[in-house]
Amino acid sequence: MSESQDAAVASAGGRARAIVAGHGSFAAGLVSAVEQITGRGNLLVPVAVTGLGADDIERTLRRLMAETGARVIFTDLQAGSCSMAARRLLRGVPDALLICGTNLPVLLDFVFADEMTPTDAARHAAERGRAAISVVGGA
Amino acid sequence: MTLVLNRIDDRLIHGQVVVGWGQPLDIDFILLVDDAVAASDWEQELYRMGVPPHMEVEFLSVDDAAARLPQFRSEGRRGILLTGDIATMARLAERDGALTMVNLGGIHHRVGRTQRLRYVFLTADEERELRALAARGVAITAQDVPGARPVPLQELLGSSENFE
Repeated sequence: MSESQDAAVASAGGRARAIVAGHGSFAAGLVSAVEQITGRGNLLVPVAVTGLGADDIERTLRRLMAETGARVIFTDLQAGSCSMAARRLLRGVPDALLICGTNLPVLLDFVFADEMTPTDAARHAAERGRAAISVVGGA
Repeated sequence: MTLVLNRIDDRLIHGQVVVGWGQPLDIDFILLVDDAVAASDWEQELYRMGVPPHMEVEFLSVDDAAARLPQFRSEGRRGILLTGDIATMARLAERDGALTMVNLGGIHHRVGRTQRLRYVFLTADEERELRALAARGVAITAQDVPGARPVPLQELLGSSENFE
């Protein structure tokens, strides 16, 4: 695990409700934005997988789920290797949930849904995130 | 020739393949050649879910792929031939003389492998397999995404410090 992931797990202090994983600095960038806007970034554990093979990505996600107790994984691309690894992982963890195509509105809704279970909050947030995409202007 | 890329990538179908190469190459289909995946409905469903609706994916064993490659090349559609390891691509090349170019897209760290690029790690046996493939006239370059510089095999194997 990278130092930044260790720090994120430590920062979550057992409060982590979800893991965020994706290409490049996608996860760290989104979690940083959530922290800046809400101060609740510690509910999310960002994961960077650059340079990891499929097996190592799955191992990393599995370890983070075990360490944090999180049962929700947010990823970027449906076809991405994080999503593929998460799908494999979910096969043995029926109470876990994967949300692909994550955007900032998804995570903002998720971190404020304290009253829901993490999986219900993630389903709710996915709908909010889908509706939050808008197109403005253009000829 | 409508197989526009023959790629070795241990992540098989993922973002770089579907989006990074698939979009600029205007890909219609992916031929995923892997004996284990070809024998598993669950694995096929997993990878099928990662492919956008406009893109087809076919799962073939090495034997089936070797028999059908001429048919795929004769079609008007554009495709990527994808294997998860060097040995599978080498077995295909042995049986298919038209397979003359190979792209190393992602062979990641594993015990016993030495790092050659940020995204290419090889065992001594894998290096031998690549050299044998090149000796048969197959042009081999490493290139993870279209915008990256293609690194020829000779350069790749020439230095263990060649990290980009």
